[in-house]
Amino acid sequence: MKVLLPILILVMVFVIIFQIAKASEYVSVLKGEDKSNKQTNKVNAFMLIAFLILGLLGAWWCNDLYYDKTLFVKGSASAEGTEIDTMLYITIAVTGVVFVVTQVLLFWFSFKYQAKDDNKAYYYPHNNKLEMIWTVIPAIVLCVLVVFGLRTWFKITNPAPKNSILVEITGHQFAWEARYPGTDGVFGKKNYKLTTGTNPLGVDFSDPFSHDDIHIGGTDIHIPVGRPVKLVINAQDVIHNVGLPHFRLKMDAMPGIPTTLWFTPIVTTAQMREKTNNPKFVYEISCDQMCGPGHFNMRGVITVETEEEYNKWLAEQYKKPEYFSVYPDKAPKVADTGMLKKLDTLTTAQMVKGAK
Amino acid sequence: MSSVAATIDGADIHAGHDAHQEHHHHETFVSKYVFSQDHKMIAKQFLITGMIWAFIGGLFSVLFRIQLGYPDATFPWLQDILGHWAEGGKLKPEFYYAMVTMHGTILVFFVLTAGLSGTFANFLIPLQIGARDMASPMLNMLSYWFFFLASIVMFSSLFVQTGPASGGWTIYPPLSALHEASSGSKIGMDLWLVSMALFIISSLLGGLNYITTILNLRTKGMSMTRLPLTIWSLFFTAVLGVLSFPVLLSGAILLLFDRNLGTSFYLSDIVIAGKIMPNEGGSPILFQHLFWFLGHPEVYIILLPAMGMSSEIISVNSRKPIFGYMAMVASLFSIAILAFLVWAHHMFVTGLNPFLGSIFVLLTLLIAVPSAIKVFNWLTTLWRGNIRFTPAMLFAIGFVSLFISGGLTGIFLGNSALDIHLHDTYFVVAHFHIVMGVASFFGMFAGVYHWYPKMYGRFLNNTLGYIHFWVTIIGAYLIFWPMHYEGLAGMPRRYYDFANWESFNMFGGLNEFISTVALVVFVAQILFVINFFYSIWRGRKVTTQNPWGANTLEWTTPIRPGHGNWPGEIPEVHRWAYDYAKDGNEFIPQNVPVGEDESKH
Repeated sequence: MKVLLPILILVMVFVIIFQIAKASEYVSVLKGEDKSNKQTNKVNAFMLIAFLILGLLGAWWCNDLYYDKTLFVKGSASAEGTEIDTMLYITIAVTGVVFVVTQVLLFWFSFKYQAKDDNKAYYYPHNNKLEMIWTVIPAIVLCVLVVFGLRTWFKITNPAPKNSILVEITGHQFAWEARYPGTDGVFGKKNYKLTTGTNPLGVDFSDPFSHDDIHIGGTDIHIPVGRPVKLVINAQDVIHNVGLPHFRLKMDAMPGIPTTLWFTPIVTTAQMREKTNNPKFVYEISCDQMCGPGHFNMRGVITVETEEEYNKWLAEQYKKPEYFSVYPDKAPKVADTGMLKKLDTLTTAQMVKGAK
Repeated sequence: MSSVAATIDGADIHAGHDAHQEHHHHETFVSKYVFSQDHKMIAKQFLITGMIWAFIGGLFSVLFRIQLGYPDATFPWLQDILGHWAEGGKLKPEFYYAMVTMHGTILVFFVLTAGLSGTFANFLIPLQIGARDMASPMLNMLSYWFFFLASIVMFSSLFVQTGPASGGWTIYPPLSALHEASSGSKIGMDLWLVSMALFIISSLLGGLNYITTILNLRTKGMSMTRLPLTIWSLFFTAVLGVLSFPVLLSGAILLLFDRNLGTSFYLSDIVIAGKIMPNEGGSPILFQHLFWFLGHPEVYIILLPAMGMSSEIISVNSRKPIFGYMAMVASLFSIAILAFLVWAHHMFVTGLNPFLGSIFVLLTLLIAVPSAIKVFNWLTTLWRGNIRFTPAMLFAIGFVSLFISGGLTGIFLGNSALDIHLHDTYFVVAHFHIVMGVASFFGMFAGVYHWYPKMYGRFLNNTLGYIHFWVTIIGAYLIFWPMHYEGLAGMPRRYYDFANWESFNMFGGLNEFISTVALVVFVAQILFVINFFYSIWRGRKVTTQNPWGANTLEWTTPIRPGHGNWPGEIPEVHRWAYDYAKDGNEFIPQNVPVGEDESKH
């Protein structure tokens, strides 16, 4: 019944609309089609101009309602993203002017030149000068946008600065894994054929560089504010995408083809919490490439913190490299402190150097 | 052909020349309505099949919008109609993705390619160039029936246990290549690929026919520069299809091999569900290049016919020549060329070489120039016209409005630096739905309302047409305009639920609103469908040969033209198609000889 009723009502509404439409057709035939055509023409011309005005007001209202929910108000959390925001503003301004002018002309001309008895259309097949003008002007405007765009594009896609922190991020259905290169600053080699339950990333532990690598499951990637971070991006099964909306960046994760992406965070998570007045705020990594039924839940988190907090966190992580969890027998006993001691005595400067 | 003779009205100077008809043989139901070789009947077959697909594709969008608008609610009736796909009255993610995928596939290929080009290329090319039929009516018929086969295969994939393809309409491997990756990557994906292969054959048979017909079968005096813009746009559309669809075919075949024969064209270094795959050396990027080499021209395959028809309809109903005919043709031409050179702008965030990316930025933004020319020319055509707002004209004006709105956001997305941020967010959804989806639909509706009298000898009901237009354009803007804001908030597309996200969970109310409007707009389309089918039999009869006072040749045929179109000689053409308001004449059809005292333009 619950389903039937709305369907019945819908059918009734259809029948009524249909009958009215039929009736109006008969009326127009009776009244003389010419006369009724003139009437509907007037009505539609009026509706077009009303649509324009209400539409523009609606666009204004929509902006009022939703602007505060866009990322603009938060500001970009990365230096590169700030430039993207600037570009967005410029593009919105340019296209906004074109939008308003052309839509106003479209609907206003439609209204103004609606058919009238005493009106005659004007034979105006072409005007080369006009056409040249509106070929050249858009071309120039677009050149400006292209130049702006490409400058930003090359800045972002240029190789990462030498002092970047390296983090490897790997996507699989439906989660992210992170790996830090450890004190030597070099990732151990990987071979996907070595993947097992205990070695989920397929790290080749015969490579000594892998021995101090840190694997962070359940992705909470920590990075310090103010220093460039270079993400090395992998996928194990299908294509994923590391989406970083707050940093205005994203990059695909391809099985078999590592990609990279670098950026400089400028706002810590704590600062952003204050800024947005939202104590639950976190930088989220969203998967932005359709990757299967769990795509919508493929979430990761990035914590941006001060250099100090980051170093403290990193020192903690250095104590538990993945090598030891895969080969527990190789792990130093709690009392056996050779490596741990060495770690504790590392200065921040050394760690930073190591993390290159 | 006695039915033809009976409906020819007195105004037709060729009435009574029935003997000139090419086909004297008795037409059976099968040869007239099923395996017809008459381009007009084939056009109607494409149109009605397209409408059925549009209904299915649209219904899917309503169903998945229910999930997006009301993610927490359950609807027991969903389980009644969808069974195990909506257990407990809530769509399962697998089926949500299957419906998103099928919505895209159906609307892009089956409705806006086959339904749009198939209908109007078939219907208008012979009628407007002055030909009795297509160059090869037989291939033309096969084109429809291959489309029909493709439809059957695609439709059957909806009913397999594991569901239809669900990797998005772009079916990127490895997701689409690995059976383990999702339930939609099982048999549903094979059916999708087979269906698309059949579809591409259909499209090629049609396209080659359209090109050949336009180049070879124009009537006397119909030089290329006298062709109506509809024909130019359908010509470029066919060229685009013929050159780009084969590339998709090869992409699809290789994917079939990867799926079923153990090849590694697109696969390398894969561990899925704990299983280490043997494939090495392939590249998922290769597929994306092959796909978008069609995929981007495809956008223009969809859009160009809408542009051409809107140009024609705006000119006819403004009672004014189209402004800048040669510029319109040149811009169609440059759009067609550029369409082939911009495909990688869909791949800015795949890690492609930044220098290569910058070339694609330049070429992509270049498309805005011919697009701008077209818009300004349409505006100037309206300027100082004497405009009649038929439903077709309203849809054509709506097309221009939507083309502006959606085209401008293309300038954002074509600029690679902005695309890094906006890629695969709702901004993209808003952009392509407005410029490619809704705008092309408006072009299609404009075409249907305008040429319906020629198709069926009857008018569609005007009042229903006006209701249809106003609900649709208001609804379209209400649905897609606010989506830009969701995109600017970084909200990713193809998400089943945003509940777990701190960053994207603030648009609940808006999503509900969009879903409600989508439902209303969908219902309004049913109104159109009813109008369409009711009017075939009961619509107001067309009583004059040229009800819109148009110049093109199709209006010189009898009200209900038979196979062969003109009962007598095919008219000779003496002028371009746009002599409206010239020398004090309201309109001068193309077959009227140029008078001695006529001014030159």
